[in-house]
Amino acid sequence: MTNPFSKDSWSEILEALSSNWFRTLLTAFGVLWGIFILVILLAAGKGLENGVKKGFSGMATNSMFMWSQTASKPYKGLPQGRRYNFKLDDVEALKTQIPELKYVSPRNQLGGFGGANNVVRGINTGAFNVYGDYPEFILQQPMDITSGRFINYSDIEQKRKVAIIGESVKNALFEKGEDHIGEFIKINEVNFMIVGTYRKTSNNNGDVEEAQKEIYVPFTAFSQAFNRADNVGWMAITAQDGASITQLKEQVFEIVKSKHTIHPEDDRAIGHFDLYEQFSKINGLFIALNAVAYFVGILILLSGVIGISNIMLIVVKERTKEIGIRRALGATPWSIRSQIILESVFLTIISGMAGIVMATGVLALINSLLENNTSPDTMFANPSVNLFVVGVALAILIISGLLAGLIPAQNAIKVKPVDALRTE
Amino acid sequence: MIEIKSLHKSYKTGSTSLHVLKGIDFSVKEGEMVSIMGSSGSGKSTLLNILGILDEADEGTYTLDGVLIKNLNEKIAARYRNKFLGFIFQSFNLINYKSALDNVAMPLYYQGVKRAERLDRAMHYLEKVGLAEWATHLPNELSGGQKQRVAIARALASDPKVLLADEPTGALDSKTSYEVMEIIQTINDEGKTILLVTHEDDIAHMTKRIVHLKDGIIIDDSPVKQQRAKTALHV
Repeated sequence: MTNPFSKDSWSEILEALSSNWFRTLLTAFGVLWGIFILVILLAAGKGLENGVKKGFSGMATNSMFMWSQTASKPYKGLPQGRRYNFKLDDVEALKTQIPELKYVSPRNQLGGFGGANNVVRGINTGAFNVYGDYPEFILQQPMDITSGRFINYSDIEQKRKVAIIGESVKNALFEKGEDHIGEFIKINEVNFMIVGTYRKTSNNNGDVEEAQKEIYVPFTAFSQAFNRADNVGWMAITAQDGASITQLKEQVFEIVKSKHTIHPEDDRAIGHFDLYEQFSKINGLFIALNAVAYFVGILILLSGVIGISNIMLIVVKERTKEIGIRRALGATPWSIRSQIILESVFLTIISGMAGIVMATGVLALINSLLENNTSPDTMFANPSVNLFVVGVALAILIISGLLAGLIPAQNAIKVKPVDALRTE
Repeated sequence: MIEIKSLHKSYKTGSTSLHVLKGIDFSVKEGEMVSIMGSSGSGKSTLLNILGILDEADEGTYTLDGVLIKNLNEKIAARYRNKFLGFIFQSFNLINYKSALDNVAMPLYYQGVKRAERLDRAMHYLEKVGLAEWATHLPNELSGGQKQRVAIARALASDPKVLLADEPTGALDSKTSYEVMEIIQTINDEGKTILLVTHEDDIAHMTKRIVHLKDGIIIDDSPVKQQRAKTALHV
C-alpha cells in the first residue's frame, strides 16, 4: 500500500527524525565515529603496506638470489670445506632443464661495502660496486634509465667494454652539466665507455642512496677484463608467473649440486635469498593487519549501531500512542514496520556517509602533509581507501541499519492498536 | 449497516477472567445516530473498540456493511478501518508534529492517495469544520474544541461508512461540547451513520437513539427526540 521509496515516506521519516534534533545527532554520532575509525584503520594499514612495499616496487618478487659457499660434507672422495664456483654452463643447464624459470641471470661483482677506490676518471675517484650482468637483469630489478641505454645482447656477444652508471656515480665523477655519454672511466685500470645512467626506485636492503652507487657492465666483458673465466659469482633467478620460485628452488639446488659433485643433503653448500618468501611473509602480515582493522572497526561500528537500535526502541516506546492512532486510521503493520526500519537505515546511512566524508578529509590532510615531507625511508606512504572499501562500509551500514531497526519495528506492531491507543 | 448477534468478550488478567460483554444483540441502520450510555465498567468502550475493529470479540458475529468481521489479519483489519470507519477520540489523538492539514490527510495517505489530491481533499474537510485558516497550525497551537474539530475532519477524510466517537466531548466545556455536537449533527444530517459513547445525558439526547449498557448487557434501547445542539447553544 505504501511504497517505502516514495516522496511521502521520506517526508514522514524526516519529520520523525527532526522532531528531536539533538537526540538524532547524538545517536548519529555513534555510527559516524564507528565508520570513521573503520576507514582510518583500513587506510592506515594501507599506508603502511604502501610504504613497505615501495621497497619492492617493480621488482620481480617471484625471484631468488643464489651464491656458492663451501661444501660442508665430504662426497665421492671430495673433502669437506671444498670451495667451488658456479659456472656459465650451470646457467644453461638450469634454463634448459627447468622450463618454469623465466630468467636465470648470472652475475659477477667487484668491490663492495667499504671497498677501496676502484673507479677513476681524470682526477676524480670513487669506490663503487661494479656488476657484470646480462640484459635480463633490468627486468628482475627494475631501474629507470635516465640517459642512454642498458646492456644489450650485442654488448654481451662482442664483449664490449661499456658501462651504465648510477646517478650518484655520475655526480661523483663528472662536473655538473658535463657530458657523460661516450666518456671513459677506469675500473680497476680497465677503460669502460659510459653508455647510460640509471636511477633505482626499489631498494632491496633499505638504502636507496646506496642503490644509486653502482656500475653495470656486460657480463662477458666483466669476465674477460677481470679474469673471471667462466665463473659465476651468483645468480638472480626468476620463475614464470604461474610458478612459485619457493617450490622450484629445490629443483634448482639439485641440478647445481649434481653438477658440482656436492652431497645431495649438503644444504650449506649453496647460499640463497628467497625474495618471494620474504614478500609472501610481508603480504601475509598485511592481510592479517587488514583483518584486524576490519575486526576492530566493525566492532566499534557495532556499538554505534546498537546505539541506533536503542534509540529506535525508545522512539517506538514514545510513539506507541502515535502508532496506535496511525493504525486506527488504517496504517497496515507493514507500513509501520517499514517506516521504523527506513528511519533506522536512513539514520545509519546518513551518519555513516558523514563518517566516511570526515575520514576522507582527514586522510587528504595526512596525504598533503606526507607529500611535503618525502623522505625515501618513510615506512608510510599514501594512506588511502579504495572504492571497494567504501562499498563494503556502505553495505555494512545498510545491513546494520536494517538489523538495528528490526527489533524496534517488531516492537512497534506487537502492541495491539487498542492498547496502543490507551497508553498516555 | 451494523449487525451484532450475541457478542461476548472477556479479558484475562492473570488468573481471573473479567466478563465484560455478556451477549449483546444490536443493530444500526444507515443514517442513524446512536449514543451508547452506561457507567464506567459497563462495557461501552469495549463495544466501541470491537465495532471499530480495534479489538475482537470472543463469541458472536459482527457484520459491518454486509461484511462479516471475523478472524481478520492485521493487514485486512487496517484496510477495513481505513475504508469503513472514522474515529473520534476523547483526547483528540492528533499527531503533534504534523500540521492540522497533514493530520486530516493521514487516512488518505494510508489509502495511497497522491499528495496534492490528498491535501486538496483534506482542505475541503477542514473548511467543513470551519478551520481552513488554521490548516498550517500544529495541534498544540489549537484550542480543545478546534483540536476535536480537526479530529472530526480527519475522521471524515476517508469518507467512511460509520463514524465512531468515544466520548467526543469528554474533554471539553459545555459550550465547546455543543459546538462539536453541532458539527456531528450536521454530518449525520448529510446521511452519515454515527455511533457515540458518552455518559453525559445532554449529549446523549442530541442523538436520535440511546442504548443503555449495564454490566455487559443492554438494559434499554429506545429512540429519543433529537435535541438540536444549535438551539441548546443559544439558550
